[in-house]
Amino acid sequence: MNILVAVKRVPMTGGRIVLRDDRQEIDTRHLGFTISPHEECAAEEAVRLIEAHGGSSTVLTLGPPEAEEQLRDALAVGVDRALHLVSDGEEWDPQATAAAIVAAIAAERDAGTRYDLILFGNESADAANFQVAMRVAAALALPCVSGVKAISLDGGRIRCEQEVGGGRDVYELELPAVLAVKEGLNLPRYPSVPGRLRAKRKPLEASSPQRPGARLRKLELALPPGSGKQARILGSGADAAGAVVEVLAELGLL
Amino acid sequence: MAAEVLVLVEHAGGEPDELSLQALALARAYADGFGGAVSALLIGRGAAGAAGVLGVHGAALALVAEHEALEDDTRFAPDAWAASLCELIARRSPAAVVAAGSDRGNEVLARAAARLDQPMAANCLAAAAVGEGARVTRLRWGGSLLEEAELDGVPALLTVAPHAVATQRLDAAAAAVESFTPALREEDLRVAVRERVAAPGGGVSLADADVVVSGGRGVGSAEGFAAIEELAALLGGAVGCSRAVTMAGWRPHSDQVGQTGTKIAPELYIPCGISGATQHMAGCKGAKHLLAVNPDPEAPILASADYAVIGDLHEVVPAINAAIRKAREAR
Repeated sequence: MNILVAVKRVPMTGGRIVLRDDRQEIDTRHLGFTISPHEECAAEEAVRLIEAHGGSSTVLTLGPPEAEEQLRDALAVGVDRALHLVSDGEEWDPQATAAAIVAAIAAERDAGTRYDLILFGNESADAANFQVAMRVAAALALPCVSGVKAISLDGGRIRCEQEVGGGRDVYELELPAVLAVKEGLNLPRYPSVPGRLRAKRKPLEASSPQRPGARLRKLELALPPGSGKQARILGSGADAAGAVVEVLAELGLL
Repeated sequence: MAAEVLVLVEHAGGEPDELSLQALALARAYADGFGGAVSALLIGRGAAGAAGVLGVHGAALALVAEHEALEDDTRFAPDAWAASLCELIARRSPAAVVAAGSDRGNEVLARAAARLDQPMAANCLAAAAVGEGARVTRLRWGGSLLEEAELDGVPALLTVAPHAVATQRLDAAAAAVESFTPALREEDLRVAVRERVAAPGGGVSLADADVVVSGGRGVGSAEGFAAIEELAALLGGAVGCSRAVTMAGWRPHSDQVGQTGTKIAPELYIPCGISGATQHMAGCKGAKHLLAVNPDPEAPILASADYAVIGDLHEVVPAINAAIRKAREAR
């Protein structure tokens, strides 16, 4: 079987987000980058499914030239090949992103690769638009389940579980299908040194789609107002335990 | 027909979900911008029973989708919901369509947006019609960042960030109820819930706990959580953790508090050895009080804390446990 997994490069924001002066982006000069968390699990799942059932996995990203780093990360944990839709570094809105991915999938099909399973993260860590997977599924007329936290494959059918209040909803789909997964689906492995070396030699194909005009346009970013809280320091080390108990009593929790 | 705002209202047997009432409040403000009305779409058994509550929350009309494939809430079929919504959109040409920023709300609106090839803005705090489109304020990064954005086209498709918009109660009559039977096709029912597996019972659930005690990287190992578990048990609470802990394999993902984990809203949150990365803080914004245990007085978590103990959690937490026991014995 062939599995495609779409990932996004996002900054590791740490404890405090700082904006650029033009308020268009986060200031990433001092930040590292990573694959958005849900998609890290999507890549891991693709590798596991191929290990168990045979076939080939492909990772795709729409991102700036630097996003090759995230493609190599996915290759290092066992994905077989990579497609880089090299962007101009501007943010693509969800419709433009989905259209570029649909075009890439069509080009793959024309070149002889049909995907049985297409995996997305449920939402990206940064823009969190919650929709690219469903737009791609609709364009390809494929069934789609979102919020997936467990997957099992049996022949041409896939069973997936979605967390809901009080339990899990179970869906069964015929392949080919599109899934938007959530962190917790698995525990992603760390790339090994041999994995990183192998990743350097794995095939990576780049193309440069044209960015259409955005219909959801970011105007400006802003930081939410701070909590305005001034923490009351109860003390240092074990000696503070008595003061903690007093707070618990004040809150009616003792 | 005057332009209206259509709201997808999730409900349990006619009891509207709190997040949907928040969506109604945003829709009401959006409609007030041009003197429009608010209508609600309800799907599933018992929907008509929501008419009174909907009226009070600003909806004049409840449109109830009736179809045997839509009756059973435990057989949720997201494409059938989207098809029902799109049928109403085609018939009523609303200025905007609003849903809660719940899993289901985001999912159904995204599917409708895909069918209509219209833009959609998720997790909005505020929205207003501007020309042939809308201007919104929405959340990014799990609420750590705000975005001002514009979207083109009518209807504007919007979901509302959970617990960010206050509900409003008006002195208003019950909503009128109109039912309709959406024309569903076979492919609308291709994706549907086959079965619902109940969560294993026992223990206090993280999302509902009154007290949550979490450990971060500073705990150092899976075994290091013993004192944190004990503190949680003493306070009748639940144990949580940061993403670093889950990634290290020390705790299951179900314990993770954060942007990609569980969102908690306890009376008291006690993060121990957690620095306060935005990923983590996105999950605990709902906590009423926060007591941080951290060796670093400059740690970002202190900026969100009401109380703090500066020190090593391996010394502080056992001491707190002993002090709680002593205080209880003395009573």
